Amino acid sequence: MLPRMAQIDKSLAHAGCCRRSRGAGGGPNNRRVPLVEITAHGQYCPAGDFHIDPWGPAARAVITHAHAAQFGPGAFLATKAGEALLRARLGAQAQSVTIQSLDYGEAINFGGVRVSLHPAGHILGSAQARLERAGEVWVVSGHYKLAPDPTCAGFEPLRCHVFITEATYGLPIFRWRPASEVRDGILAWWRANRDAGRASLLFAHPVGKAQRLLALLDAPPEPIYCHESVEAVNAIYRRQAIALPSTALANGQGDWRHALILAPPSTALASGWMRIRGTRRRRSLDRGFALSDHADWPDLLRAIAETRAERVWVTAGFRGPVARWIAEHGGSAVAIEGRWEEAER
Amino acid sequence: MKAFAELYAALDETTKTNAKIAALKRYLESAQPADAAWAVHFLIGRRPKRLLESRKLAQWAIEETGVPDWLFAECSHAVGDFAETIALLLPPAAASSDLPLHYWIEERLLPMRTADDETRRAWLLEAWRAMDEAQRFAWNKLLTGEFRVGVSQSLVVRAIAEASGAAPDKVRHQLMGDWQPSAEFWRGLLAPAPAPASAEADISRPYPFCLAYPLEGEVEDLGDVRQWQIEWKWDGIRAQLIRRAGQTFLWSRGEELMTGRFPEIQAAGDRLPEGTAIDGEVMPWKSNAPLPFAQMQRRIGRKVLGPKILAEVPVVLVAFDLLEAGGRDVRAEPLEWRRAELERLAPRESALVLSPPVEAASWDELKQLRQESRRRKVEGFMLKRLGSPYRVGRRRGDWWKWKIEPHSVDAVLIYAQPGSGRRASLFTDYTFGIWDNGQLVPFAKAYSGLSDEEIREVDSFVRRNTIERFGPVHRVKPELVFELAFEGIQRSTRHRSGIAVRFPRMTRWRRDKKPEEADSIDTIRALLGSGPV
Repeated sequence: MLPRMAQIDKSLAHAGCCRRSRGAGGGPNNRRVPLVEITAHGQYCPAGDFHIDPWGPAARAVITHAHAAQFGPGAFLATKAGEALLRARLGAQAQSVTIQSLDYGEAINFGGVRVSLHPAGHILGSAQARLERAGEVWVVSGHYKLAPDPTCAGFEPLRCHVFITEATYGLPIFRWRPASEVRDGILAWWRANRDAGRASLLFAHPVGKAQRLLALLDAPPEPIYCHESVEAVNAIYRRQAIALPSTALANGQGDWRHALILAPPSTALASGWMRIRGTRRRRSLDRGFALSDHADWPDLLRAIAETRAERVWVTAGFRGPVARWIAEHGGSAVAIEGRWEEAER
Repeated sequence: MKAFAELYAALDETTKTNAKIAALKRYLESAQPADAAWAVHFLIGRRPKRLLESRKLAQWAIEETGVPDWLFAECSHAVGDFAETIALLLPPAAASSDLPLHYWIEERLLPMRTADDETRRAWLLEAWRAMDEAQRFAWNKLLTGEFRVGVSQSLVVRAIAEASGAAPDKVRHQLMGDWQPSAEFWRGLLAPAPAPASAEADISRPYPFCLAYPLEGEVEDLGDVRQWQIEWKWDGIRAQLIRRAGQTFLWSRGEELMTGRFPEIQAAGDRLPEGTAIDGEVMPWKSNAPLPFAQMQRRIGRKVLGPKILAEVPVVLVAFDLLEAGGRDVRAEPLEWRRAELERLAPRESALVLSPPVEAASWDELKQLRQESRRRKVEGFMLKRLGSPYRVGRRRGDWWKWKIEPHSVDAVLIYAQPGSGRRASLFTDYTFGIWDNGQLVPFAKAYSGLSDEEIREVDSFVRRNTIERFGPVHRVKPELVFELAFEGIQRSTRHRSGIAVRFPRMTRWRRDKKPEEADSIDTIRALLGSGPV
């Protein structure tokens, strides 16, 4: 009944085949020292002595996307496309941080570990971290989605031995409608408000989601006003030649009666959680638009299958159910506990 | 089904009362009469009973969606709503149904009650496959009956009144009791003059109950105590006893007919004059005094009432108001007139007991008397303004409830699980422990009393401090202390603490207290002596 799942099952079974054949031939030599382990400060690569999206201060860290950067000081490795966003996110803390940035696919060596960053499709500059040592490949997904998004590079499937995936929306109740449908819903809601002489206030994460919404609305019928935190990020996107419709700063000037206003989430309104009525209702929101920058259930399974990973580590969100599903379909997976960055619900 | 699914979505998409009423009016004005009647029936919270066991609904949904049982359960916990979970899991819709709401209800939903499983399953799949996503969701809601669309009965009444020009109180009265949704009912509801009482529904129809607000401010603010009729606030089941057309009906406030469950009261009702309606409280009662409510629960739990339970837990209707006399609606008469008439009508030596008037020359005297509430097994006082009519629904001004302070203890959060409805995917349902010989034993569950902000904080605490999981239930580090309030307390063999409490809720987050400072079982045992046990 969920046709895509049948395909996934086959792919996972295939991954199982790989594992057996690899076991017979060379493959990764030293299984005793894993490339990544979970420490008090999160994902850590002992061989390269660096963290990935740490939960606390770390001397050296790979940052997969701007939301994940929480702490300085330290030396950060990020993508070129994501560096400006990362600096903006760190604010004053950026002073105490050195940021080294790579192009997508470009590699750097840390203690014998070849590290490269690859598009994750989450927000501008978001990356999966690919770690390779002596033929063994681990991929840390960071946050990702497979659906097309004009504001960032599309997700790149990577083959690996171990895949550390997020599972923010790892339940089959999460199946996103096409973005065009969400856009039509927003436009209809905006139109109805405009006809009634009311402004439309739409909450969205100021970094990433707001810009995706703007790009989605493309040629809006009326000006879109943005909260200053959104407008600041818009400028960063525009400097990197991401096309966004024209916007105005919501500073109390101008006629808002017909406007759409984008503001940061005191609540998460344009969010995957809006797929569930209860999360919408308890915030007393009029409307929720389920537009997410995370993979939904079918895409999670697809992304995981395409890695052909022998082992999958599942983090964040619904890690338990996703790990169990994979295990029941011939894969090897474990749910990793920790202080994962959670999508606001 | 299209228009109804659109109505549901429209109601769901706004939090504004006026927008909800506008959506309801739009629907009611354009719907077929039978559809309108059914929509109202469901929206005011009625639901057909025992259509389909939820276990079977889950099983067939699982087969149709292709997810395993355990994953269905995970999804259900995340969504917090059974009907919605199924709608989210079903394969993408390929159709949309043009058939009217009453077709789906009368030809498919209601017949499920008597159909065999094979037919029920076939009908379910037929419905899901014929409907689009919004329709499926509405259909599942009809099936499970948990509507929760933020529409109250009074909102529906307002919409009907505005759409038809009828008086809201009249509409509300017509929507009481045992009416059958049909085109005929709907036309009758909108008709300017009420049809003569002929149908069974008209004969048994109760009046809307008058409800009290909790007393606000000081009791002295109510003015002269002599302007008030004072009654004890009984802790039983609010009910309306009706005698019409040679028949007796006993209605609960939830509009459930309970005549057969209380034969003593039925017998008393049979002795009432024709055309009488009395408001009162069903109470377990012996030797001129209430029994503990726990005794009543014993009796309610029985399917068959044997002579033993009837002898051990006899019930009475403690009567306090008269709504109909001699077939005439007397709700507009002043309170003291209705009370006098009630005293005149009540049959002697029966299970109809008059609520004794409480005499007090001053509010101070009344405050003294209030101290006796627990010993008398009552919840405090009802204060009713002399000269006032019997009003429809909950109104401020004439009736006040003046309840005694609840018991309270400090307890430690030990288990949490996600809530349902608007609390889906958020840890909001808590189990609290108290100390017993150096161990925290589960003592009470509570769901209410915290602000949204506090709930989010506790939710975040639970996620960070889970020690163990049992399905959706998380055992957490015993760290957070809350003050719990509750009403009654009694010994229990079914609870690990040996104690059961009524209506537990959180009154305060005791951030100032460490878990070691929470109360112990001894504190609570001491309360056993002070109240109804």
